Formats: sequence, C-alpha cells, structure tokens
Amino acid sequence: VSETNTVHMRHFNRMISFNDSTGVLVAETGVLAADIIDSFLPRGWFLPVTPGTKFVTLGGMIAADVHGKNHHVDGSFGNFVDWIEVMEPDGSVTRCSARKNAALFDWTVGGMGLTGVILRAALRLRPVDTAWIRQNLQPTADLEETIDAFEAAQEATYSVAWIDCLSRGAQQGRSLVMLGEHATLEDLPKPRRRRPYETRRKRKLSVPLTPPAVLMNGLTVRTFNSLYYWNGTRNAGTGLVDWDSYFYPLDAILNWNRIYGRRGFAQFQCVLPLDASRAGLQALLGAISQAGAGSFLAVLKRMGPQQRRFSFPMEGYTLALDFPVSPRTLRLMERLDDITLAHGGRFYLAKDSRMSADTLRRSDPRTEDFLKMRQSKARQTAFASAQSERLAL
Amino acid sequence: MTTRAVLILGARSDMALAIAHRFGKAGHPIQLAARDAQSLAAERDDIALRYNVEVTLHEFDALDTARFAGFVDGLPVLPHIAVCAVGYMGAQAENQTDPDAATRVLRSNFEGPALILAELANRFEARGSGTLVGISSVAGDRGRATNYVYGSAKAGFTAFLSGLRNRLAKEGVHVITVLPGFVATKMTEDMDLPEKLTAQPEEVAEAIQRAVTSGRNVIYVRRIWWLIMLIIRNIPEAVFKKMKI
Repeated sequence: VSETNTVHMRHFNRMISFNDSTGVLVAETGVLAADIIDSFLPRGWFLPVTPGTKFVTLGGMIAADVHGKNHHVDGSFGNFVDWIEVMEPDGSVTRCSARKNAALFDWTVGGMGLTGVILRAALRLRPVDTAWIRQNLQPTADLEETIDAFEAAQEATYSVAWIDCLSRGAQQGRSLVMLGEHATLEDLPKPRRRRPYETRRKRKLSVPLTPPAVLMNGLTVRTFNSLYYWNGTRNAGTGLVDWDSYFYPLDAILNWNRIYGRRGFAQFQCVLPLDASRAGLQALLGAISQAGAGSFLAVLKRMGPQQRRFSFPMEGYTLALDFPVSPRTLRLMERLDDITLAHGGRFYLAKDSRMSADTLRRSDPRTEDFLKMRQSKARQTAFASAQSERLAL
Repeated sequence: MTTRAVLILGARSDMALAIAHRFGKAGHPIQLAARDAQSLAAERDDIALRYNVEVTLHEFDALDTARFAGFVDGLPVLPHIAVCAVGYMGAQAENQTDPDAATRVLRSNFEGPALILAELANRFEARGSGTLVGISSVAGDRGRATNYVYGSAKAGFTAFLSGLRNRLAKEGVHVITVLPGFVATKMTEDMDLPEKLTAQPEEVAEAIQRAVTSGRNVIYVRRIWWLIMLIIRNIPEAVFKKMKI
C-alpha cells in the first residue's frame, strides 16, 4: 500500500459456512489457524496441513502455500483449498480454483500475497477421531541414519526431525526423528475415550525479558543440543502427545523469540532436490558447525513431489534454522545460500528476511514467469511488500 | 454448554459483537438485536459456526420505544442475560446548537436503553432471575465541555441502572453497570487515544462475562479508570469549570 502502511486482514475474519459431511469450511481469510482448531477439533476436524505455529491466518497459509510434517504424503496447504476469491488491482473479485481461472489460483497459492488480496477461501478439513497424536521418537546417530529413517518412513502420516546442527565428525547430522499418526479411539487409554477431543489446557510459559545476545553462543547451543539429544534417546519409542504439544511446541512459550537477544533472529530454510540431498546437507551442516553458530531449532524434513507455479516445496529434503542476527551469522547464511545454489536447491520465502534478489533468481528459474504475472494488470504497482522490493519481484 | 440465552441490544457495534463472541464461546445461545437486523447475517453465521450455538437476529430500534414490549414478546425465549450496548455519541459542536441532534443523543443513550431494560427488568422480576447489563460511560461521571450532552445522557443511564439494581436486589435479578473508559472501536477510530487507557472490545467483553459470573455491580474495564474518575469527580467545581479536559 505504501512504505508505512500494510493491508491488515486480521479483522476480516468471519467464518461463512461449514459442511458437516465434506468438512469444507468457507471463511474470510483473516481467520486464524487457532480459531479453526478451536471451533472444529471438538467436532472431529483438524487442519489438513499446518505450519509450526497456529497463530497464522488462513490467507497467510495460502499465500505461503505452507507445508507441514505430512508434506511427503499430502503435499502443501494449497492441495486442500477448493477455491479462493482474489481481489485484483482494479478492485474486481475473482473466484478461482484448480479448474476455474486456474492460472490465477496457481500463482496466488504460494504467491506471497503479491498477486492480489485473498479475501475468502474454501478449505477441506481432515476428519480425526481424537485430538491426540501417536508419536514415535527415533534417535539417529548421524546424517546417513537420519535420511534412512525418513526414507523408511514414507508411509507415516507425519515425519520431521530435530537435528543437532552443531555435532561434528561421526556424529554429524544426529537427530531425533519424530513420526506421528492421528490416534484412533483404541489408541487412547480408556478414561480418555469418552472425551477424545479434550486435552488439558497447557499453562503458558513466557520469556519475560530479552537476555543479552552473547548468551546464545556456540557453547550454550552445543550444550543445549547435547542435553536435548540425550533426553530424546531416553524417551525413544511410542507415546501419545496432544495436538498442541505435537504441532505447536513453541506456541506454548510466549515471546520465545526474545531468547535471541535484542537484535532478533533470522530464519533460513532451503529445500534440496532428492538426489543432491545427502551431499548438500552434509555441506550445509559442515558450514554451520564450522561457524559454531547453530540454533536450538534446526528442523529437517523429507518433502514429497509437488508442482505449483511459485510454491516452495519440491521433492527432497528441507532444512530450517533460526540464527540470532549478527554480522557473523548473516555471512554464514550467505554461505548457506551458496551451498544451496550449488546443489540445485531453493529458498522458502515465508522464512526469508535477508536474501538478495540475485540469489532468488539463481535459485529459481520460475521467478521470471512470476515477474511477468506481476507485471500483468499492474499488480507490481498495486501490491508490494518489503520482501518483494528487496527481491525485486 | 449452557442453554441460558444472552440478548445483545445494539448488536452491530464492535463492543457488542465482542460480547456476543465471548458468550457464544461459553456456549450460550445468542440473540442479536439491532436496526436492519438482517444485515448482521454474516455475523450470525460466524458466531454460530465458531461456537456451535444458536444465534438469532431481531429487529430492534432503540428510539422506537412504543414497540419495546412487542419486541420482547417476539424473542424465541426470554433471555437470562441481557446486555444493552446501545449508544450514540454524535458531535458535541452540533449537539450544543441543534436541538434535534441533542435529542437524538439524549434518547439514544438514556431513554432507549433505560426503557428497554425496564421492560426486561419487569419480566425478569416476574420470573425471579436474570442479569441485566447496561453499558454506560465514564463520561457520565462528570459533565465536561467536550461531550456533556452525551455525558449527561450516560449519567442518567448510570443513575437508572443504580436504581434498578436497588429495586431488584431482593428479587433475584442482578444489574451490572459497565463503565468501559476508552475503547478502540469504530466509534473512536478517529480519536487519538492513549494506549494505556484504551481497552480492546474483547477486554470489555471478558470483563462483562466475569462480572456476570461473579455478580459484580459496577465495573470499570481498566482499573486505572476508577482512579482517574475518582480524581475527576473530586476536583472542586470552582477549579473544574476553568479546566480544559
């Protein structure tokens, strides 16, 4: 809109209709993922694909075409969107879907809000028997084992790994691989079966102050990671986890971003094509542990094949990391950019806050077509973001 | 889940809708009353879908006092909780020169709200239960040059609620006076309000629900307003009349 104003959609958040038999929810796009869960989990429905936080809007999930722990079997969020209504620069509203006005649909899902304003959407929810996940936790000793665990778990509904990005040598890439299935009624202990959608409300923790950034150094992260890994090896095996703890562990800690200090943090997430994944991940982890600038939150995930015009996912492995911002970590992230490019990977725009326009173009040949789309109907002048300006989109 | 219906009068405002959401979330059936009630269909559907409760729309004009009895008769059930969120600020400059404008403000903030709650009060009294919630204003605590037409109507409403509470205290009917202070709504969106003193509509709704549950009588939504109004009420008139606040 302008440099100082953004389009605020949070108040455009009414639910319009819900079909009990198909699970299709029609809503305005300011509705939060948390609202959808609050309203429909008690009735036996859950989000078909969810990112790692529930404090995101429906419109945001569409614009970023978010993926979840089930990407390898279900694909990204857009696969469950029956249609969207998009307001284009001239104010006209077009309903589009994979069949009708398919080009606009395909560009908008994953288009980072740059094709128009997504006003309303129809989302197909997933039926679930309970609010619980049957989790299987497998510690792995190195990268090779981690990848093998993912490849062996292609049938699992959910799979994700916390990876110790600072471990070196023989332990490089050791992880806690977490597989998950929606628990059935029989999976629950008897007393819970009468109220399968009820979980205990968790107490919210909060980070009360911003510690100095120096607390986040190689030593503390290395120590934390070792303890976390060790704890994981003790809890290996199968157990029941409630939906909130399984999908949204960080949502339980208010202001968790403060642990990165006053200057905040930057995120890095890339995906590498399957055949280049092992070599690429090895190089990425090598660079990170060499720099000693790891993060507590390093997540590895196998992605399934996917075709959409500008969405992030592709078949292969995605690595996501958070770093406290400093000149050193920014340089490291540029190094990670180069390694990703060398292995034919690309970057997740929903996480990016620092990549260069040149890196984007080198990573993703689809950018030129996206630009042509942006130039049609004067979209480029009507809709821009700080990111679109930095990336010259 | 509860079957105790909540009636919300003047349901179009941000505050009223936040209250409807709050009670809907707690499982109450909701009755939304406003002018041109059908235009609230999207809000009705939203609340009904989110909380799986019944939501109904009812035509209600706070200035059409002759129809109040018929309006209450037309509700699907006599509610257990009735919240009056009717209000209209107008512009003070116009209110002090144009009697029609002033009349509209006086009737919208005093006559209409008082008489509809009076109608409901009599029926609640006959039943022997219920809670009436009147949303008045700190502007009614002392008249000020900048909005005394609105303020005096709210003062009247506050006094009316106080009297109603006194009368019904022994009859099983509870009356709550809500003094929200500044609230970030469409009515105040052009004003430059201090953040620390300004509540979100959801805060007002939460405070009202808590007051209903715990049986409070008079509530300031943000506690600081109790202190501010205590001070404002106690400034000697000789000083107050020369102040610009």
